[in-house]
Amino acid sequence: MTAPDDSLETVRSVTGEGYKYGFVTDIESDSLPPGLDEDTVRFISAKKHEPQWLLDWRLEAFRHWQKMESPEWAKLNIAPIDYQAASYYSAPKQGPKSIDEVDPELLKTYEKLGIPLSERAALAGVAVDAVFDSVSVATTFKGKLAELGIIFCSFGEAVREHPDLVRKYLGSVVPQGDNFFAALNSAVFSDGSFAYVPPGVRCPMELSTYFRINAAKSGQFERTLLIADKGAYVSYLEGCTAPQRDENQLHAAVVELIALEDAEIKYSTVQNWYPGDAEGKGGIYNFVTKRGACRGNRAKISWTQVETGSAITWKYPSCLLEGDDTVGEFYSVAITNNFQQADTGTKMIHLGRNSSSTIISKGISAGRGQNTYRGLVRVQPKAQNARNYTQCDSLLIGDRCGAHTVPYIEVRNPSARVEHEATTSKISDDQLFYCQQRGLSKEDALSLIVNGFCREVLKELPMEFAVEAQKLLAVSLEGSVG
Amino acid sequence: MLEIKNLHAKLSEGREILKGIDLSVKAGEVHAIMGPNGSGKSTLASVLSGKPGYEVTEGRVSYQGKDLLALSADERAREGIFLAFQYPVEIPGVNNMYFLRAALNAGRRHRGEAELDAGQFLKAVRAKLKELEIGEDLLQRAVNVGFSGGEKKRNEIFQMAMLEPKLALLDETDSGLDIDALRLVSKGVNAQRAPDRAIVMITHYQRLLDYIEPDHVHVLSGGKIVRSGDKSLATELEKHGYAMFGDAAA
Repeated sequence: MTAPDDSLETVRSVTGEGYKYGFVTDIESDSLPPGLDEDTVRFISAKKHEPQWLLDWRLEAFRHWQKMESPEWAKLNIAPIDYQAASYYSAPKQGPKSIDEVDPELLKTYEKLGIPLSERAALAGVAVDAVFDSVSVATTFKGKLAELGIIFCSFGEAVREHPDLVRKYLGSVVPQGDNFFAALNSAVFSDGSFAYVPPGVRCPMELSTYFRINAAKSGQFERTLLIADKGAYVSYLEGCTAPQRDENQLHAAVVELIALEDAEIKYSTVQNWYPGDAEGKGGIYNFVTKRGACRGNRAKISWTQVETGSAITWKYPSCLLEGDDTVGEFYSVAITNNFQQADTGTKMIHLGRNSSSTIISKGISAGRGQNTYRGLVRVQPKAQNARNYTQCDSLLIGDRCGAHTVPYIEVRNPSARVEHEATTSKISDDQLFYCQQRGLSKEDALSLIVNGFCREVLKELPMEFAVEAQKLLAVSLEGSVG
Repeated sequence: MLEIKNLHAKLSEGREILKGIDLSVKAGEVHAIMGPNGSGKSTLASVLSGKPGYEVTEGRVSYQGKDLLALSADERAREGIFLAFQYPVEIPGVNNMYFLRAALNAGRRHRGEAELDAGQFLKAVRAKLKELEIGEDLLQRAVNVGFSGGEKKRNEIFQMAMLEPKLALLDETDSGLDIDALRLVSKGVNAQRAPDRAIVMITHYQRLLDYIEPDHVHVLSGGKIVRSGDKSLATELEKHGYAMFGDAAA
């Protein structure tokens, strides 16, 4: 994408002015042509009017990335990605002009998920002037938070308004060179969320990209940073049940959580991105790096995820249990149907004393889906009295899918107590028939049994997500029996 | 209510088990079907309820004037057919109350009746629980999970009491029950007798019929009903055993 040196000279001489950022593309343009090099990074940073330190940070990440190779160790079949073939900054596409132009299948899904009529048009990308009282609701919401000193805004806004906070914590949990996709994200991230909860403050409401609509427009490379100061509490919701398409296939987000002494962060995700068609074509690649640091003593971080979408899901929301008496939790439901693949799990790293972690993973495979749980429980030598409980259960529907479990347990302290349980089961015909004989249709029976299977995880979700998640499970497994 | 004519059925992957069953059950009646092991008693219940794995090769079954065999298992259930399972299956993570209410409301929707809300449902549940002497804690548990054999059978009868079927098929409901449990289950079944309801009990032993008096008793042997009579037939069987019917346990 970089113009050869002599033409750059020519342009410079003709216009008589130096290009501030050293590249040819017009910064006024709204999108970049495909390609990724240092100038792409500079363009993105300039577009956002970022300070020099952040540009430098991005460039450092980019240089790391250039030296790295895409990891191959997962149990995933990934078609090679051409990183030069995508645009890393583009204007949003024009959506359908009215709800009549929206794919009826999509509308049917909204119906099944129980999404209110008033939200459907906006969700589908129809430009509506005033869907509902969004402006005033947002204002009330922000006002309440401001009163308590809670900062909740876009990442970009945080860089402008609270640069010291961002600078202090960015990359402190997931450094630029952590892994291939984190490095890419660190170089070209578009936007994301930022939250800071001051000492002793309990955030009174669930933080989320507050409406479904905003969540649906999530970018390709999101960067999220949440900080709970001493004694603070925050519950954050990410994602939405509504299926989302995207022009861009690769989604590589990074989420960093920091919980200081006595603080608690609860992070819940519901993900239903386009999984590809019934033949396995298309579909989003969801390669995310999520990590939380329980920095202070008695800090607690809890991850809950319901992953039903994407063609390929590759993520390990993890906890670094740095302080003493810290707690890490991971609750997960991952569904793979048709040709979906998932390699997901968690890493619980016990560093401080008396740390404890709980892992409950429920994998459901149907169709030709391949579902892998990969988990690491590591107890470092100084981690006195560490405790872990892991339960990973797989449910297989039909006879063409796969469920795999790859648990790693690395214990370097003899006082540790680590428990691991795993079950693999099929939906039994007897269970289905029992439900049918009581008057439930096959689909309702399946939904009932699957929700029963996932109960322990679903009950960790905040109420509004829990109800949607149940419906989402049923919708995701449609057509998998009978 | 139920007319079975020349019913032949086999295991989808195997041999013929029902070899020409004729049976007529009217509303308000209680029938008992007895027979030696392997005679086809449970198969009959399975075929009538629509359990997968069986194939009807000949014959007709008419239920309330409809062709029963043309309906799916859940359609048959919503039309008012209830099967008390011999071996009720466990469904982990699915709460008993939640399950029962979903089933109840599925039937009500089908009949165009209003669904019960949680409060109304709970009231109805409490009343029936008392009758069957089932503790309320049983209902906080998942369907049949951790239930003893007797508890499972009582749960079946409890569900029957809540769902109020038109035709109840009780598949060896007495097997594995001690005297007290048998008394309670029978009490529950007897409380369900009604002029618009038919009950068909499948059992090995005459003992159940002391508690639940049948109007008709049939002996199933070798896939056919070889003898029908009233409750005295059961007493005769008890004395002489199934060998009195020559035999044909396939």
